[in-house]
Amino acid sequence: MASTAQLFITCLAEQFFPGVLKGMVGLLERLGVQVAFPQDQTCCGQPFFNSGSWTQARELARKWLRAFGETDGAIVSPSGSCVDMVRHHYPHLFPPGTPEHALAEATAARTFEVTQFLVNELKVTDVGARFPHKVTYHASCHLLRGLGAREEPKALLRKVQGLELVPLPNEETCCGFGGVFSVIYPEVSQAMMAAKIRAIEASGAEAVVACDAGCLMNLAGGLRKLRSPVRAMHLIEVLAADRGAP
Amino acid sequence: MSRAMAPIDFRANAQRVPATMPAAVQKATTRFLGTRAALVDLLGQELWQTLRQAGHDLRLHAITHLDHYLEQAEREVVKAGGQVHWARDAAEANRIVLDIAREHGVRLAVKSKSMVTEEIGLNHALEGAGIRVLETDLGEYIVQLLGVGPAHIVVPAFHLSKEEIADLFRTKLGVEALAEAQQLTQIARLRLREEFLAADMGISGGNFLVAETGTVVLVTNEGNGRMCTTVPPLHVAVVGIDKVVPDWESLTVLLKLLARSATGQKLSCYTSFITGPARTKGDTGPGEYHLVLLDNGRSRILETPETRETLLCIRCGACLNICPVYNTVGGYAYGWPISGPTGAIFGTQILGTKVAGGLPFASTLCGACNDICPVKIPITEILLRLRRRVVEGDEQEGPMGPTMARTGAKMGALALGTPWLYRLGSRLLKVAQAPFRRDGWLAKLPPPLNRWTMVRPFPAFAADFRTWWRARSREGPRSH
Repeated sequence: MASTAQLFITCLAEQFFPGVLKGMVGLLERLGVQVAFPQDQTCCGQPFFNSGSWTQARELARKWLRAFGETDGAIVSPSGSCVDMVRHHYPHLFPPGTPEHALAEATAARTFEVTQFLVNELKVTDVGARFPHKVTYHASCHLLRGLGAREEPKALLRKVQGLELVPLPNEETCCGFGGVFSVIYPEVSQAMMAAKIRAIEASGAEAVVACDAGCLMNLAGGLRKLRSPVRAMHLIEVLAADRGAP
Repeated sequence: MSRAMAPIDFRANAQRVPATMPAAVQKATTRFLGTRAALVDLLGQELWQTLRQAGHDLRLHAITHLDHYLEQAEREVVKAGGQVHWARDAAEANRIVLDIAREHGVRLAVKSKSMVTEEIGLNHALEGAGIRVLETDLGEYIVQLLGVGPAHIVVPAFHLSKEEIADLFRTKLGVEALAEAQQLTQIARLRLREEFLAADMGISGGNFLVAETGTVVLVTNEGNGRMCTTVPPLHVAVVGIDKVVPDWESLTVLLKLLARSATGQKLSCYTSFITGPARTKGDTGPGEYHLVLLDNGRSRILETPETRETLLCIRCGACLNICPVYNTVGGYAYGWPISGPTGAIFGTQILGTKVAGGLPFASTLCGACNDICPVKIPITEILLRLRRRVVEGDEQEGPMGPTMARTGAKMGALALGTPWLYRLGSRLLKVAQAPFRRDGWLAKLPPPLNRWTMVRPFPAFAADFRTWWRARSREGPRSH
């Protein structure tokens, strides 16, 4: 059992979802994991990588590797997308055979998205959470297809006391965020978001759960714009709701 | 393309799409994906994945040994009595076909559905020389009557309703028809039959070119391909050099992958094998057969290992069917005949970033295309590599993104990559946003984020994790 987790908080979660990060600390500690926070981390560089600025992405990757490369244990993050960047793209940013490439590969191998860390590394699905609500799950693209986590988030949700998991039509279809896509092609992004929100509302859920800050910014913003009563939540916010809490 | 193309404006094109397009597209793609999934299940995931890997490997082998297989194919075609022409680009290919047509005094050419001739604008070139060119695939026939290109690489007119087609037949053909599939098909069929018999030349593409026998393979569902290539006295096949496969064993793997992925069939209704002209007097088939092998930028794609798998594509259309962007905008938004994810990666390289630099960004990188591709093209990896070509330039092309974007990226990286600047920035943003903040949201932001807030509000900057963490560390470890 991995006993140390280095928090990889991601710039988006830090700026917009600090509650998720605090919840993740509480949850990991509840499960007996020792949590550390490398202070020098900022952004992993994905926004630059995905928008074609590989020089800048490489600079940020270098800095990220400086912040995390020398740490111990697992590196754990509440974002499938950022973990996908570290796992699958960092090694390509540095030429094979260089020390940076070796460091990128070694660090990538111990970087985990939080639901995969819980289910596959800690072997826990029941984290002692209680959330008596009707919930539906949207599969974030990079967690699903980049990291291959189709079942882990739902396995965790199914063990939450009082939670009713209802299916989301087209669960695996992108919500239309797409990072830079959302500002380059806003109208197309909007249409995709609207389709996703129609599916969420059709599910009859009180809350839609996703595992990435990007999708959540898009979905929560869209739900607010349409004055929908449905809440968009990060999976961690559900799991952090302790059974002992009132 | 033969004509100098204006830059493709995907955003503007997407906004011009008729309101009825997305629903019509989704109805069709859902059906194709459903029948495809059922057939994949029937084979079993394990066998399907084995087939995909085999398809990938043999296509990669073929495109990295083009010199060998193309020369072999050429020898075999010549041995069978056909003539082979090599075309460096679209203009050269069009000229070759036009010369053949002129030599034979062709007035009417009938065409089997072919994306490669769409790519080079062959119809336009022939029509410019006074030759009538008729598309005979039902979908292509319909979009040709409408005066537009294909909306999908496999099913060109799938977005049109029966009512729209009946209207079109009334205005363009002068026939009254019920909006009923069988009757509409029958009308087209009767018209086309006369044209097949009158045509001086048949033109086809080729789904594959089998090197060991020089055989062009046509995969169709309507039988029009067979009519085009057997009834007229002259047949010209235009085939991209990327379509070559080593042998018939390879072909069987690819045919299994293609029909299932494209239309959800085990095998298409017609699979035609064409090796040269009719051999003996009285034999069926054209007396004269030409094969035009087209490069048009393909060998340049091969020079970049990170993007060359673009050429593995077998044009099944599955990536279009699964793509959430394609399903939202349809084919015309892509601004050239080959649409969807595969059209975006191919188009950017064939047309160049000055024309098609917006296409690699017309994706959310959701990755559904990678998973469905029957020959395992890493489409999103190629999109990323092409975004880099657009913004930073590479060994193929210089950067074309605005200087401002590159300066912005530099400044952004500085702010996001310098820990003290990053922390200061997140504090300043929290203060600066205060007057505009409502219930944790920002309704309007300055450019470029106004393009976000025109769609939905932006969450307010709320960073406080670091202060929380420090305070907590001072209190010492907590117990549960």
